[in-house]
Amino acid sequence: MTTSVESGPGGPALAPSGGIEVRGITKRFPGVVANSDVNLTIRPGTVHALIGENGAGKSTLMKILYGVQKPDEGTIAVDGREVHFSSPTDAIKVGIGMVFQHFMLADNLTVLENVVLGAEHLYGIGGNARVQIKAISADYGFGLDPDVLVEELGVGQRQRVEILKVLYRGARTIVLDEPTAVLVPQEVDALFANLRELRASGHTILFISHKLDEVLAIADDITVMRRGKTVGEADPATATKHQLAELMVGSELPDPETEESTVTTTPMLTMRDVGLTDAAGRDLLTGIDLTIHRGEVLGIAGVEGNGQAELVETIMGMRRPTGGMIDVGGANVTRWTTRRRRKLGIGFIPEDRHRHGLLLDAPLWENRILGHQTSRQLNWRGVIRRRAAKKDTRRIVEQYDVRTPTINTHARALSGGNQQKLIVGREMSGDPVLLIAAHPTRGVDVGAQGAIWNHIKTARREGLAVLLISADLDELIGLSDRIQVILRGEMVGEFDPDRVTPQELGAAMTGGKGGEQ
Amino acid sequence: MRSTALLRKIAQVVVAPLIALAIALLVTSLVVVLAGNSVSVFFDVMLTPPSQRIWVNIINQTAMLFLAGMAAAIAFRMNLFNIGIEGQYTLASYSGALVAGMALFPGTLNILAALVVAMAVGAAWAAIAGVLKVTRGVSEVISTIMLNSIAITLVGWLLNTYGDQYGQGRRTTPIPESSQLLGLGFGFFDTSTGGVFALASLAVIVGVGFALVINRSRFGFDLRATGGNEAAAIASGVRVKKMIVISMLLSGGVAGLIWMPDLFGGADYYGTPFQSGLGFTGLAVALLGRNRPLGVAFGALLFAWLSVQANPLGLKADISPSVVQITQGVVVLVVVVVYEVVRRWGAAAEQRALRSTLETAPAGGQA
Ligand SMILES: Nc1ncnc2c1ncn2[C@@H]1O[C@H](COP(=O)(O)OP(=O)(O)OP(=O)(O)O)[C@@H](O)[C@H]1O
Ligand SMILES: [Mg+2]
Repeated sequence: MTTSVESGPGGPALAPSGGIEVRGITKRFPGVVANSDVNLTIRPGTVHALIGENGAGKSTLMKILYGVQKPDEGTIAVDGREVHFSSPTDAIKVGIGMVFQHFMLADNLTVLENVVLGAEHLYGIGGNARVQIKAISADYGFGLDPDVLVEELGVGQRQRVEILKVLYRGARTIVLDEPTAVLVPQEVDALFANLRELRASGHTILFISHKLDEVLAIADDITVMRRGKTVGEADPATATKHQLAELMVGSELPDPETEESTVTTTPMLTMRDVGLTDAAGRDLLTGIDLTIHRGEVLGIAGVEGNGQAELVETIMGMRRPTGGMIDVGGANVTRWTTRRRRKLGIGFIPEDRHRHGLLLDAPLWENRILGHQTSRQLNWRGVIRRRAAKKDTRRIVEQYDVRTPTINTHARALSGGNQQKLIVGREMSGDPVLLIAAHPTRGVDVGAQGAIWNHIKTARREGLAVLLISADLDELIGLSDRIQVILRGEMVGEFDPDRVTPQELGAAMTGGKGGEQ
Repeated sequence: MRSTALLRKIAQVVVAPLIALAIALLVTSLVVVLAGNSVSVFFDVMLTPPSQRIWVNIINQTAMLFLAGMAAAIAFRMNLFNIGIEGQYTLASYSGALVAGMALFPGTLNILAALVVAMAVGAAWAAIAGVLKVTRGVSEVISTIMLNSIAITLVGWLLNTYGDQYGQGRRTTPIPESSQLLGLGFGFFDTSTGGVFALASLAVIVGVGFALVINRSRFGFDLRATGGNEAAAIASGVRVKKMIVISMLLSGGVAGLIWMPDLFGGADYYGTPFQSGLGFTGLAVALLGRNRPLGVAFGALLFAWLSVQANPLGLKADISPSVVQITQGVVVLVVVVVYEVVRRWGAAAEQRALRSTLETAPAGGQA
């Protein structure tokens, strides 16, 4: 591993290295065995995919490989040598680097500063480091400028900065936890091109994904986990999506396709010429006009960071628009507080579940109350109805298949997908009239994805209006009655999901060409 | 399974402060030795079983420290650092004593009026910091510290300018006899020298009220949510700015009550009998008690014991009673570390317990 540091990031000349042998890993948490006697062989110089249902123990295994968590039992060997990690520093020393799903970059620093931070001893902080970063960026086709501020980068580019960071530290094995969940298809293609370059230069890549198409497209080996165990391997050359789904959750692949239209003529959400600027006066949203009727799903397509978050926060009352009008079910709510709007029956699935959706250190049943503090069901004259909250949490856990030891478990202890299921279940509670859903199935397995789609379809039939934001174009096209494209804070086109192809949508999202209309 | 988990939790809650106390006493002993005094005499004095009169003293101190701790805890629960309790209760105590001394109402009504005024003044003084924070973004740490000096200077000036001359100094007009509350003996303590302050009961009311409001009410939920994850609280409809002002009001209101038990239970006026420093000690007590009523009660009792028992140190052992301030300081410093250590130890114990119970359970099964 020291050689790789000295010779710089790999030209394709380097022999494949970074193979990992995991033997008998067991890890227990209160009330659950996250990993149980896990065996896994990752061949050097390959892309290895790890798939499995929510709560199967994938993230836990990765965290163990990266030294974030210690296994109770079992051994790890890297390139044939047994290793023991007590922290990520130890893992990076033997060439293992990890990119977490939630990026850990400082917005107000440049790419160079972010990369060098904490690794100043390698190439200093000046010219040497810059040369090094440029070299890595060029070798693998990252196209990153070291002197650009991270806040100016899109999600795909940020992810590349994260990968660059671990390469800079000499990683030969790169672990990625759900790297594609936040990316739109073009960005996924770009990421995969980078990963192929890395593989060609002898790096080893291990990644988690719930998107089976992607897994089949890039992986050399596939390992399936279920209930803490590795239950099988699949050969991407011969396996089909259906077989993988079967192995993972033992069920059929779901289909987002909606049946007959349930769109009515009663507007539920109307926005007229809504604008929003940031503190410095720059436009975040310009002239937003949209209408969603009862029983209608309006899909918003766009590359992340083009105003979706701001649009959602404006509708929810977390940001004050600088102009225009917002109407929910006939009430002009433009100046209303978030709480008052929520009382009208607006459900909200935020894009960042940790930041906006959960109290991580509170039990699940308290999280059930979050956002629904004023619901009749959950409070009586300002007194929280604990029993009712607990009972309804049990219902959600059951109906949405949230895998948790108890409803008193803290939200932090749930796997990512199970946290998402809890939030979706909560926001669908109490018969909302309008659902603002940002990536509702982000991070959930194919089985749960189908279940969530069904819940949304059922509610839509009963008149729910949905604003759907998703990076998953199949989901967007399948669920939506109409699709609008957002680009740099403006609505730039409208499509009919029955006729549009993902390619056309993709082109519009990146500013290729406008909508039909 | 459930009961052992409970036991472990209790152990965690009780063990941490006890370990911290042991370490603090060790450090104090060291200081005592270094100062050339005898440790055994020091402990002799500190551990002398309190007489009835001393017990009454300890209980009274505990009640007032508890109120101070609760005032701090309300703000802490929202990640607000109300360092200004000292100033809030100084100003409030003066105002309460002033109003009580005017005897605008008869007897009990007069007490109620004074309590309301004290709470209002404490709340208003704290609210200044809250409003500055939400409108101007001024850190409440800075503003409350400055408000402390302003309050203390202001009270000094008011007393000097408008107070009645009394001996060497000045004081507010003593409260009428009809408003003086007799000490309680509970049929156990001798009340001829004072007894337990009747208004120590305020501590119980505030403690129970705090527990109910924080844990059971929607307001308490909003407050805890804001303290736990401000962004999520905003998304859930909490108006954080409003919450900041309200919790500062509440914190300051409770701060206003701190010295009231003494005012009506023995002091009779604001002047030399006023006990300063309770506000700062309250911060430490809240920290020690992890902002939970029972914990804070324990912390208050501990601090009260230390300070009351230390009084005869000078006479009996020629040790300065202020040496226990070292103990108090070290307890607070150490407890933060020990809580973390004990938490990890608890987690490890939980893991071990699990291993034995789950060995036979199906893997990945949800226990
Ligand atoms: N810190 C923790 N404390 C307690 N339990 C935990 C903790 N982290 C994970 N778990 C539990 O371990 C199990 C495996 O979680 P893990 O995050 O590895 O799942 P995952 O396969 O990554 O699922 P997902 O696809 O939903 O991300 C889950 O049941 C989870 O509740
Ligand atoms: Mg995971």
